[in-house]
Amino acid sequence: MSALLDVDQLLDKLEAGLRNLLEERGIKSPVLIGIRTGGVWVADIIGKRLGIEEPFGELDISFYRDDFSRIGLNPKVTPSSLPFDTEDRDIILVDDVIMSGRTIRAAMNELFDYGRPASIILATLIDLGARELPIQPDVAGQSLKLDAPQRIKLRGPDPLRIEIQAAEQ
Amino acid sequence: MTANLASPNHLQLTRDGQLRHFLTLDGLGRELLTDILDTADSFIEVGERSIKKVPLLRGRTVVNLFFEASTRTRSTFELAAKRLSADVLNLDINTSATSKGESLSDTLLNLEAMASDMFVVRHAQSGAPHFIAESVTPGVAIINAGDGRHAHPTQAMLDMLTIRQHKGGFEGLKVAIVGDILHSRVARSQIRALNELGAEQIRVIAPGTLLPKDVESLGCTVEYDMAKGMKDLDVVIMLRLQKERMEGALLPSEREFYRLYGLSQDKLALAHPECIVMHPGPINRGVEIESAVADGPQSVILNQVTNGIAIRMAVMSMAMGGQMAERQQKQNEINERGLA
Repeated sequence: MSALLDVDQLLDKLEAGLRNLLEERGIKSPVLIGIRTGGVWVADIIGKRLGIEEPFGELDISFYRDDFSRIGLNPKVTPSSLPFDTEDRDIILVDDVIMSGRTIRAAMNELFDYGRPASIILATLIDLGARELPIQPDVAGQSLKLDAPQRIKLRGPDPLRIEIQAAEQ
Repeated sequence: MTANLASPNHLQLTRDGQLRHFLTLDGLGRELLTDILDTADSFIEVGERSIKKVPLLRGRTVVNLFFEASTRTRSTFELAAKRLSADVLNLDINTSATSKGESLSDTLLNLEAMASDMFVVRHAQSGAPHFIAESVTPGVAIINAGDGRHAHPTQAMLDMLTIRQHKGGFEGLKVAIVGDILHSRVARSQIRALNELGAEQIRVIAPGTLLPKDVESLGCTVEYDMAKGMKDLDVVIMLRLQKERMEGALLPSEREFYRLYGLSQDKLALAHPECIVMHPGPINRGVEIESAVADGPQSVILNQVTNGIAIRMAVMSMAMGGQMAERQQKQNEINERGLA
């Protein structure tokens, strides 16, 4: 059992929200960084829609997770890659879904090991609420409340699909 | 010592197959070895950042327990631990308590009382890290930094990482290990890793006096004539002549050894033109290898050193992670049984 969300609609909203925010803040040349895996797919699409020509960065937050002491190291870690200097840059940090906020905490810690950015905007395709840390997206495609056993799954990269799944898988 | 070197995996791995000690490559499958290489790749990227540190071992204490001298291995282990944010204690056992008569077990108990989380052990006796892994408190990870003639698994893995970087993979590769195989724990671990990762041919090239008995049983072929052995090679690994370990007359002379088994430019020309030259260091110029080759365009000896830091970061964080996951799992089981 799974239902589909209209991804294009969410992307439209995310794009519009980002355009407004960038204009409001007077940010002329932002760079995009996607969090692996889903955030990278979203960053790729949003980058094209916003006409950002600079290649986007990819973060793998495995070395910064706060559950290392509970479950150990993710065996499938891949190298982060930031093809630009983050020092004094305006960064749009992109993830597919925000829930507890722990991933974003890890991602920001990692980002600051590359340098001191001028600013960070957080953009997520979906906001599932259920926050455990005081971190909020600046722009989200949609807020969504799931029933307890449901899970959300982003599939991609082409085409990008979002499934809401019943309890198992 | 009662260490069981034959079946190490009940010691090395958690029930879920995560690493919790790193003692030997024996028994570790291709998937786990590949995970180690992939994780190390990510740590190489960390080494290129403005801040070359990640918080994985923050608040953990790593003790470098070196019963045998080492510069490169110890300093790369130290740097690896520091880049993982651990606190590091370097213990040169030759100049410490053991020389005052303290037994190994007592030394370990004292270090455990300092709340150590990991021991990196180098010892002249084969099996010493196993023995320590069997006797330490659960939760403390042991990393083998070289034991006797038995194993040097982090060296072998950093060599595998170097080969993969330059050759893309292991399939179809022809690799030779040249020189003092007899005294080399590195060669044993390398042969094991190359076989597991799927190299096509592994040759050992050495005089009979510097080969262990039944060396073929490790999974390699033997070549006494270096000119023949160099043919079509993709990778040549030179070993240091371990003069300090030699007893009796295993060699006619260093000059004679160099003439027959030293890697000169002439001999290297017999290999594949893109053959890479490796050496675990420290190199003896003019004994195993000609200076022009060691410093030449095919040499990747200094890449090996850089990769050593990344590999050590990988196995240290994986083993520590395995220990902590196991601890958590046991705690969960206790809680579930309502005994907490």
